[in-house]
Amino acid sequence: MTELTDLYISEALELLEKKEISSEELTKAHLKEMEKARFLNAYITETPELALEQARLSDQRRSAGIQPKPLEGIPIANKDLYCTKGIRTTAASKILSNFIPPYESTVTQKLKDAGTIMLGKVNTDQFAMGGSTMTSYFGVTKNPWTDENGEYNLVPGGSSGGSAAAVSAGLCMGATGSDTGGSIRQPASFCGITGIKPTYGRCSRYGIVAFASSLDQAGPMARSVKDCALLLREIAGFDLHDSTVSDLPVPDYTKALTGDIRGKKIGIPKEYRPEGLNSEVARIWDQGIQFLKDAGAEVIDVSLPHTKYALPVYYIIACAEASSNLSRYDGVRYTTRVDGKTLDEMYENTRTDGFGAEVVRRILLGTFVLSAGFYDAYYIRAQRVRRLIYEDFQKVFKTVDALLVPAAPTPALSYEAMKNMSPVDTYLGDVFTTPSSLAGVPALSLPIGLSNNGLPIGLQVIGNHFDENTVFQIADVLEKQAGFEKRTHRVKG
Amino acid sequence: MYTIKGKTTEWELVIGLEVHCQIISKSKVFSGASTAFGAEQNTHVSFIDAAFPGMLPVVNEKCIEQCVKTGMGLNAVINKYSRFDRKNYFYADLPQGYQISQLYHPIVGEGFIEVTTSEGTRKIGVERLHLEQDAGKSIHDMSPTKSFIDLNRCGVGLMEIVSKPDMHSPEEAGEYLRQLRAIVRALGTCDGNMDEGSMRCDANISVRPVGSTELRQRVEVKNVNSVRFVMEAIEIEANRQVELYEAGQTFSQETRLFDSVNKETRPMRSKENANDYRYFPDPDLLPVILTDEYIENIRRNLPELPEAKKKRYVSELGLTPYDAGVLTADTETSAYFETAIKGQDPKKVANWIMGDLFAFLNKTNIHISESPIKANQLGALVELITNGTISGKIAKEVFEIMTQTGKDPAVIVDEKGLKQVSDTGAIDALIRDILAANADKVAEIKAGKDKLKGWFVGQIMKASQGKVNPALANQLLEKQLDSWS
Repeated sequence: MTELTDLYISEALELLEKKEISSEELTKAHLKEMEKARFLNAYITETPELALEQARLSDQRRSAGIQPKPLEGIPIANKDLYCTKGIRTTAASKILSNFIPPYESTVTQKLKDAGTIMLGKVNTDQFAMGGSTMTSYFGVTKNPWTDENGEYNLVPGGSSGGSAAAVSAGLCMGATGSDTGGSIRQPASFCGITGIKPTYGRCSRYGIVAFASSLDQAGPMARSVKDCALLLREIAGFDLHDSTVSDLPVPDYTKALTGDIRGKKIGIPKEYRPEGLNSEVARIWDQGIQFLKDAGAEVIDVSLPHTKYALPVYYIIACAEASSNLSRYDGVRYTTRVDGKTLDEMYENTRTDGFGAEVVRRILLGTFVLSAGFYDAYYIRAQRVRRLIYEDFQKVFKTVDALLVPAAPTPALSYEAMKNMSPVDTYLGDVFTTPSSLAGVPALSLPIGLSNNGLPIGLQVIGNHFDENTVFQIADVLEKQAGFEKRTHRVKG
Repeated sequence: MYTIKGKTTEWELVIGLEVHCQIISKSKVFSGASTAFGAEQNTHVSFIDAAFPGMLPVVNEKCIEQCVKTGMGLNAVINKYSRFDRKNYFYADLPQGYQISQLYHPIVGEGFIEVTTSEGTRKIGVERLHLEQDAGKSIHDMSPTKSFIDLNRCGVGLMEIVSKPDMHSPEEAGEYLRQLRAIVRALGTCDGNMDEGSMRCDANISVRPVGSTELRQRVEVKNVNSVRFVMEAIEIEANRQVELYEAGQTFSQETRLFDSVNKETRPMRSKENANDYRYFPDPDLLPVILTDEYIENIRRNLPELPEAKKKRYVSELGLTPYDAGVLTADTETSAYFETAIKGQDPKKVANWIMGDLFAFLNKTNIHISESPIKANQLGALVELITNGTISGKIAKEVFEIMTQTGKDPAVIVDEKGLKQVSDTGAIDALIRDILAANADKVAEIKAGKDKLKGWFVGQIMKASQGKVNPALANQLLEKQLDSWS
């Protein structure tokens, strides 16, 4: 039979229900795999004792005949940006390296309530700022996919790179990610898994270490569209603690997976096919378009004219918000502290020591664009353009049900390649993901095929606000058409 | 007109006030922590107030309602759309590293407060009222090397009420503050206690030659914690500016602190002036959208405001504007007054409250809401005078006993036997005896020395231990003198 760590969540739930496996067995299998794959550095903090205890309790509930919870006994991992009560939460930073939250984020609480088992906290770029996990204070995570020489030399993407690598390598069955400008979708593409950034306001942000409040959105990452649907159903929904979360009812997304998309109108925006688009990405995109046609969908060329401004607009707004959001890490209360002779000196010492270079860069950028004399030229202007980008999407969704676009401009890159890139070049990696972030619309990334070097390449299905159902429905059909081998990409040895 | 006479010319003042009023609400403006004053340090602090990672503000609707009410009290425009902005700066008692405030779209727009001074009644413009959160407190005097932080106050809702630069004398500024305090107290939106810091005032002061309309360099004097100090600070700062101008010096826009002991203003550290607050809309909070229905519902349930009450006291109760102003300065006083006047002459009651009662309360430092003489008892005392049961003189004695015992005046009058003697037979007998014993003085009166009548009244009162109704005594005395032969 299939290895336990190869199972989809949907499959494991059936086996658990039939009592063919126990949650404890399932959890132990994952803990074993985590040990084996520790060199990937996917986890910042592993919580094996807690996981086993939760798994045993879950098994007890099942054997006692208690109505199983929706994800009863499923081992998952949480991005280390989610505050978990009593368990260290670092945001992959030095400044929070000793922080143990006295509270639980809404999303992780909902996952607990749904019966999941937490295996640990996975790596991310520091404060979710980056696309490679290379900015993590706890070291880079390795992509379980290897380069042409069979070496573990590739980045998993980011910021939810730890989540993506762990899901891909079978170190958990699903994981939480968070997406500000592509942080779920790009690593999903790099690691050959599926992840959805839901509509802004679909999931509560309460208890998630903030990067850019108007863009941050929680979302699930897993090895199938159905698993993502199962996870999102549990984590979405109203929360009194977050004013920006929607009170719309949360549908059962798995019901949307009808397998039938005949007559659906899918838009292909021309702005996503710039001069010099990576030929392999272009090939996979064309393949995806063909899959949709084969499934009976109507493919339509559309335009989102303000797409080219998305990247600079994103970096202005995200950095502006980040510069303010990160002010609270000041050495006065729960962070690390480096003393100084004066209060200002203590701030300087603490923050210089506690933040990595990329975080400092974005704080400085954000501080600059909000400064007197620059605010109108940068921040206000960026907000106006953001509105236009939003309107682009509003307009296009009057004629189509969804959009199909690439998830990332390239397959996973090597550390060497990343290290040699300028910060601005690395920002270009977000070019296909930032427009939908700015518009707040849902977007799912799933693997469609492989590059010439055998690396996964993903595409995004983008839907209208709060229409995750259509996104799942189309992604599900694409997944079946693509026939991409989505079982665990287990590490060697 | 209030001016400062300099050596070269005569100067007038231009004053604007920024008043921070702590909102009366059970919990803080963006968290569920209590706002109670005087608790042990750092016991009323939520993870939101302490800005823990991932914590989000959620606006307290009670605070919105309090702002709307206050806006109505200021005769101001209520903005149906308002929004929160972040004011970014680092300080140890500001855990978020920013204060949530409303720069671009305040909840309340322009309005005015009517202010009466010795120069008459004027409308002082209000520029805006916005909602924001208070900071915590830094305590620097507990250790020579350390500062301590108390976050109990951090996140308490504040209304910042900004006036237009419409005031021209310390008196006017003082009256504006008193009137504002009376309004928020009447509405129950702020307790207005400047000494506890629940109402704080910063004054923007500039001077200019009389007749000029220019606005010169202004100086902000911060955190002056009583009405009297605000008036003093304005006077002192204005004089300082006049001296500088007359000495040919200029000065920069700066923030100064008022030193109430040394009677001077002095500059704050320049660093504290150099902030670029980098305001931008707070992405954690949605705009506040108020419906007409919501606004009208609040308006319908608004209590009578001090200004309206004052006008009613003058027009309907016949009080002088001054007395009406005093009695409407806070809700407890006006409530006391309105209870006491039931069935009584309002003017007489007003005299008793503003005279004997206030004197007693001031002397003993008791608030009117805790007065040992309840409002209905004071009314009853006035009733005893009006119906002739006791004289005004005896009433003072009864009042004194009331302050000590809290007993009803009628009970005291009974117990002490202070009831006025109104039995004309008894009084006649008394008068007859006194006249008989002083026949020489009666003769003098007969000879035209009318003044001696008063002496006789005094003798009558003395003999009756003050219990004779003086008017009656007078009447009966006249009668006996007429028939004297």
